[in-house]
Amino acid sequence: MYSAFLIKYAEIAIKGKNRYIFEDKLVSNIAYQLKNVDGEFNVRKENGRIYVEAQGEYDYDEAVAALQRVFGIVGICPVILVEDRGFEQLAKDVIDHIEETYPDKNFTFKVDARRARKNYPMTSMEINAAIGERILEAFPETKVDVHHPQVMIHIEIRPMINIYSTELPGQGGMPLGSAGKAMLLLSGGIDSPVAGYMISKRGVTLEATYFHAPPYTSERAKQKVVDLAKKVARYSGRIKLNVVNFTDIQLYIYEKCPHDELTIIMRRYMMMIAEHFAKESGCLGLVTGESIGQVASQTMQSLAVTNEVCSLPVYRPCIALDKQDIVTIAEKIDTYETSILPFEDCCTIFVAKHPVTKPNLEYIKRSEKNLEEKIEGLMRTAIETTEVIMVDAE
Amino acid sequence: MEAYLDNSATTRCSERAAAKMVELLTLEYGNPSSLHMKGVDAEKAMNEARKQIAKTLKCQEKEVVFTSGGTESNNLAIIGSAMANQRAGKHIITTGIEHASVANPMAFLEENGFEVTYLSVDSDGIISLEELEQAIRPDTILVSLMQVNNEIGAIEPIEEAGKIIKSKNPGTLFHVDAIQSYGKMIVIPKKANIDLLSVSGHKIHGPKGSGFLYIKDKTKIKPILFGGGQQKGMRSGTENVPAIAGLGVAAEEIYTDSEAKIAHLYALRDHFIQEVTRIDGVSVNGKITHENAPHIVSVSIQGVRAEVMLHTLEDRGIYVSAGSACSSNKPSVSKTLKGIGLKENLLDSTVRFSFSVHTTMEEIDYALSVMRETIPMLQKYTRH
Repeated sequence: MYSAFLIKYAEIAIKGKNRYIFEDKLVSNIAYQLKNVDGEFNVRKENGRIYVEAQGEYDYDEAVAALQRVFGIVGICPVILVEDRGFEQLAKDVIDHIEETYPDKNFTFKVDARRARKNYPMTSMEINAAIGERILEAFPETKVDVHHPQVMIHIEIRPMINIYSTELPGQGGMPLGSAGKAMLLLSGGIDSPVAGYMISKRGVTLEATYFHAPPYTSERAKQKVVDLAKKVARYSGRIKLNVVNFTDIQLYIYEKCPHDELTIIMRRYMMMIAEHFAKESGCLGLVTGESIGQVASQTMQSLAVTNEVCSLPVYRPCIALDKQDIVTIAEKIDTYETSILPFEDCCTIFVAKHPVTKPNLEYIKRSEKNLEEKIEGLMRTAIETTEVIMVDAE
Repeated sequence: MEAYLDNSATTRCSERAAAKMVELLTLEYGNPSSLHMKGVDAEKAMNEARKQIAKTLKCQEKEVVFTSGGTESNNLAIIGSAMANQRAGKHIITTGIEHASVANPMAFLEENGFEVTYLSVDSDGIISLEELEQAIRPDTILVSLMQVNNEIGAIEPIEEAGKIIKSKNPGTLFHVDAIQSYGKMIVIPKKANIDLLSVSGHKIHGPKGSGFLYIKDKTKIKPILFGGGQQKGMRSGTENVPAIAGLGVAAEEIYTDSEAKIAHLYALRDHFIQEVTRIDGVSVNGKITHENAPHIVSVSIQGVRAEVMLHTLEDRGIYVSAGSACSSNKPSVSKTLKGIGLKENLLDSTVRFSFSVHTTMEEIDYALSVMRETIPMLQKYTRH
């Protein structure tokens, strides 16, 4: 049984003098994710490595799952840490490791030794050859293959000797909190939680804005969005969710504007409100789940028209993904099942049969002139009556 | 003000029933199968409930089998009788407007080699007795009819149907889904030639998770749950004594002074229908006379989606259902509303109001005033 994990990270290693900031974030993010796992863990940095060591009994599967949610980790190696008590003992430890880990010994292998501590009495090549020989003696079914081994046995001579032969994939990406904050426009659909997850993977923390339209949308639709935010928060950490009551704005647009432009105009006002909250809390950009051509409001023309109201950059991580690709990610992060619950969201309640697909900005602005009388007041009310929910990972 | 007008979805538990349940959960908590006193006390409580229920149906105590509720009662009646009688034939008759807990066991049997005939209904939701008579064949083993439709409150001609079934094929079993009718009318299985009758506890102010199936003595039926052989093997599993006792109390209560209670429900319904149909674009589905169930009113509102009406009312403390409550979080077209030939544009604009003995005229008037106020506004904003 492993009592430690060696954490591998890639991109952070190239960040020059900022490196320690990234590493420290990663260490604290790992500790945060492990908080809900049965067991106690010590997370420490040592010579450009991060080690997670369990203190006593712990749940291995849960620990791995938690580590696999931490952005910035590329590989998780369950590792055996042993004191240097001479070569004989090392060979025995390696053989014990193989005995325990591989019930079927019919595999090819290669030994890959490295010395961080150059005063070890053998060179790396010598260790490779000597340990390889011991393995062949102990398990005659095994074969050496230095080009394409099925099992790569790593031996690293550090203050402690590290023995590992498995590397579980991590999330990749950048440590959370290393890149600033963004405002996610979260609907109840499949795309926006995926967009939140993707942007968060680059180290960005999240706030979110949801528009609801009672009585046209239900309390359950809102609960669904809270549930989605909880799922995203498993990766992104706590999310401050702004729930905006959009009904009056929506009805006013319905009353005053051509119905085939409803959705596009509505989305412009959503962006404005989301940007208001974004700026208020220091977000550096907006994030949406839009993908080119998916629906009428997501043609390049429509995106340009909605984009026009924002001064902050709008990040659209799903922009070039096919629906199926988005669904695959949604399934991976476990938001899909929740997203497909059939509650009406405010984008579909008044949707026209044939909405404009190539809106012209000048026409849209002309239609918006009809709103001049009341829209500012309605926006202010919507902003003032917004409900804030702090959403933590479930 | 609050007005709970969704009593066909579920009802508030009677205080006496709840008190009885607490007693059985905390004091007489024994297992009725245990040989010691604690077990005997629990068994006594269960027998008491059985007696209370038998009295309301004028049946024998041993003809009552306790279940976990309406769905289980319907499943046991349909699948249990199909399994026991398949050598006599594999043909079953039901209607096209049954609740999912009848319709889905039927679909399951169809997948397993049974043939099911679905009777149509007229614009009031009533089956045709001629169609029923013609559908009965020598290999028909079961006819399953609901007594009161859960969405519009149509009352099916159960007694006449019973006579026709038994005269055409005495071997055919007759199952009645009485989940919406029990407590709202007098139901005597023997008088109507009923062999199996399903009842749910929480629709009559009893606890959720309680119910029973009346099984006429000597009816050929097999269990669908297997285990320790409780309730003479018909329904294994330690009896849910608190729920059973609560159900017994609720059954006794609802049939105490039942004539006055039913009259109260009809008075609410008559008034509601009279007033609600005065609102522009509002119509009531099914019979508006006392030939319909007293506690259900199905209302269609032109140009307003049911869900929007529901949330508008909810916002004012009024609780109703869109279509049929138990399945209303799946926006599927109601078979009942389709079956009565409701216009396409009203299918998604129909809400159900359902009353209980606790509903007051003030609550009805409050609901009416909110509807008068909000419907014209909601009709202004419609989807294209």
